[in-house]
Amino acid sequence: MASLGDLERSVMDLLWDSAEPLTANDLRDELAANAGASKELAVTTVLTVLARLEKKGLVERERSTRPHRYTASSSREDHTVELLNEALGNAQDREAVLARFIGGISPDEAAALRAILDSPKSA
Amino acid sequence: MLLTSYFLAALAVVLAWPTPLALARAKWPARAPVQAVLLWQAIALAGGLSMIGSMLVWGLSPLGDDLITALGRGVKLVLGAPDVPYPGIVHLFALSAAALFGFHLVLTLIRATWRISRQRAKHRHLLGLLSNPAASGPDTLVLDHDTPVAYCVPGLNRSVTVLSQGLLDQLTADEQRAVLAHERSHLDQRHDLLILAFTAWHEALPWLPTSKLALDAVRQLVEMLADDRALTQVTRPTLLRAIVAASSSAGSPPAKPQPSATAGGQLANPLEGTPDGELSARRIQRLLTAEPPLKRSAEALIFVGTVLLLVCPTVLLIAPRLLDPNS
Repeated sequence: MASLGDLERSVMDLLWDSAEPLTANDLRDELAANAGASKELAVTTVLTVLARLEKKGLVERERSTRPHRYTASSSREDHTVELLNEALGNAQDREAVLARFIGGISPDEAAALRAILDSPKSA
Repeated sequence: MLLTSYFLAALAVVLAWPTPLALARAKWPARAPVQAVLLWQAIALAGGLSMIGSMLVWGLSPLGDDLITALGRGVKLVLGAPDVPYPGIVHLFALSAAALFGFHLVLTLIRATWRISRQRAKHRHLLGLLSNPAASGPDTLVLDHDTPVAYCVPGLNRSVTVLSQGLLDQLTADEQRAVLAHERSHLDQRHDLLILAFTAWHEALPWLPTSKLALDAVRQLVEMLADDRALTQVTRPTLLRAIVAASSSAGSPPAKPQPSATAGGQLANPLEGTPDGELSARRIQRLLTAEPPLKRSAEALIFVGTVLLLVCPTVLLIAPRLLDPNS
């Protein structure tokens, strides 16, 4: 649990893997258990991390209960797809990614290329 | 002064339309990508400079015989000095246009920089939550997804190369080295700044179709530059094999395509730009046929042209002063 980034990641991992919403206390206990009780973690720290994640739209808070309970706003898979869509130039934020390794070539072209490369001449 | 402004206007027109058109159609850039990238930059810089310069020089022409004197008297006029003649509304209009256009260019660049760095920050934050460091090095991240994809995210503090697990599964160690070398050279050579400048140029002048041509050409050229750099570390067939492996994803979004994400991304306008496919095809063709680099003499000629393009409008703007300091 060195940096805030690591803590964010651990919190997100717990929320993604959890079937039901968690409170900050739940999260603190889980984090402490994972870290092997070597470090005492304050609930306020967990709340700070949760607030940051909520502001970034990664976490949703149920305000109807006391204490508030938190869920991940979308699944790990959905977020990965979001990143890949940016990388493949399908998303609004396509400029975030400088360049993906190869732009679109048609399956036919790919097949033709494969044929050329697999022919003994090119080896 | 008048003659200078006419010449600059003519230069602006030539650099805005026929020159980029010819360069975009030329075949030699694939054989000399470094020179071609420099030339595109010179065309854009000289084009912008002569557009602003022609209006500025013409607007100031009633005030003095060279730019420095005229500017000085212009400032005096604004401050209300009685001995400076009023230049007339048309000239004032040209001056305002020059100032507005200059501001417009700078503001667009700032806005694009801000927008892109925010998108990158968001992307990197998500990467931090989702990816795992690769075995090959700390600056390489692996995304756990079957879609084969490789890309890089430049940043001031830390630039990262991202590979998907799906791509890693398909690549041999050598091919992986080819992909990493390619992405690494994008980052080392700061291609992001080049793309940023031309993106802003296109955004500032969306009505100028050649600004899109320039952006596409530069995008394609940086891929060639990165390929050339990768070829110093891996063989040609290895790089091509890596391209084929990565290309099986090309064009098809992984799973949940975003609403606006049809063939051309958010650039739904068919006039805007070469499709990705054409950009890649030229790059692959170039790798397949192993075209020889341009002759030294031709490269030198292009370089001289590039320098002249930059020097010409700059000197024209200040030359009268240089020739006759007492005027």
